[in-house]
Amino acid sequence: MATSLTNEEINRYSRHLIMPEVGVAGQLKLKNAKVLLIGTGGLGAPVAMYLAAAGVGKLGLVDFDTVDVSNLQRQVIHGTKDVGKKKVDSAEETMKDINPFIEIVKYEVPLTSANALDIIKEYDIVADGTDNFPTRFLVNDACVLLGIPNVYASIFRFEGQATVFCKDEGPCYRCLYPEPPPPGLVPSCAEGGVLGILPGVVGLIQATEVIKLILGEGQPLQGRLMLYDALAMKFRELKIRRNPECQGKCTVVKELIDYQQFCGVPHQEAPLPAPVSSTDISPQDVKLMIDAGADFTLVDVREVHEYQICRIEKAQLIPLGELPKRLNELDKNADIVMHCKMGGRSAKACDVLRANGFTKVRNMTGGILAWADKVDPSVPKY
Amino acid sequence: MPKILIPTPLRQFADKKDAVEVSGSTVGEALGALTAAYPDMKKNLFNDEGKLRSFVNVYVNDEDIRFLEKDKTAVADSDTISIVPSIAGGR
Repeated sequence: MATSLTNEEINRYSRHLIMPEVGVAGQLKLKNAKVLLIGTGGLGAPVAMYLAAAGVGKLGLVDFDTVDVSNLQRQVIHGTKDVGKKKVDSAEETMKDINPFIEIVKYEVPLTSANALDIIKEYDIVADGTDNFPTRFLVNDACVLLGIPNVYASIFRFEGQATVFCKDEGPCYRCLYPEPPPPGLVPSCAEGGVLGILPGVVGLIQATEVIKLILGEGQPLQGRLMLYDALAMKFRELKIRRNPECQGKCTVVKELIDYQQFCGVPHQEAPLPAPVSSTDISPQDVKLMIDAGADFTLVDVREVHEYQICRIEKAQLIPLGELPKRLNELDKNADIVMHCKMGGRSAKACDVLRANGFTKVRNMTGGILAWADKVDPSVPKY
Repeated sequence: MPKILIPTPLRQFADKKDAVEVSGSTVGEALGALTAAYPDMKKNLFNDEGKLRSFVNVYVNDEDIRFLEKDKTAVADSDTISIVPSIAGGR
């Protein structure tokens, strides 16, 4: 454990050292602190950069993803030169540039029930910035079992939520939400989109709470759910109460479980493969039908703003949500092919049509992304 | 009339509105009026047994109704009801 700061550190952290709320004692707390960041994406990027800058002595990074060009709209820790690199490597490079005096530990693995306790137990605080429910519940349960505070934040489009779980006698994620939503009902950032600057604001709320917990200063965001709406530019605060059955000791979390199964998801991170059936049709076959002048209707069930990004010329746009009200625009006896971005929504749309008496309905597998890959490379992918 | 704040993921089921004023003297009545006006909202808020889904929390002002009188929690005209579903995005 460090008991002093070097002269270089004193120069670097001087704006902290002259504040009574931090001072040398606080800066030493930061230097001796160990914080684990789950995810180095939208939320993880600002958290990692600012905690590195602040001088948090040991920062663990858990991420097995690589940098994609579509990440750069918000994941400011990575740059264009990093596309294709492992996120943990790219993040480490940026953090080391910001502050060479800290230790960075990289875990290039998915967090699982098998490794979570071993990884998390080495740290004082966890900052959860993942993007899926199974990992959210896994991180929570591991923190409950180990008694380690979990600084939580999540984002969607232009809204964010943040709080501190598992601190002392405070509530945990399961006190707030006992169960995950069924798969498909709550869209992820990849499906629903996210305003690029949103994780900056919400991630820094997370980083702020981490710093406060280390310093032991201020009122932690514990037992309070902070809601942020970027469009309205409003912050609201709601109470989070500990499950009354868990006073003193958690009665819900006994051990780590199979979180994929708990959340009803077949495989972590993998996009749901569209099941192949006789009602599926490949993009190549759709192209053959178009070229042959076949008499069929091609329906695009994506949203208007997606249609504006790219489209298949023949397609008629009816967003999935409007489909039930717009069935009269389609002929029940026509040969109909449905498509969306990746094939998931159009499969649902096919079900809607069949339930309403349409008989010749097929789903274009892989959606317009597969069309771009296999038929028309001039179509941009998003 | 009490005001219900609609979260982003559910606005598509409420004509894209971020808030709706409804009649009702309890949370249950207010949510009933909301789903009567916007039927597509119903399956996103309630399960097949008509119970509030466990990943959707409802607050009257800043208090979770699970710690008040649940759907029988009284609401006055000046109260704000918030629907807060869990979101998991982070990347």
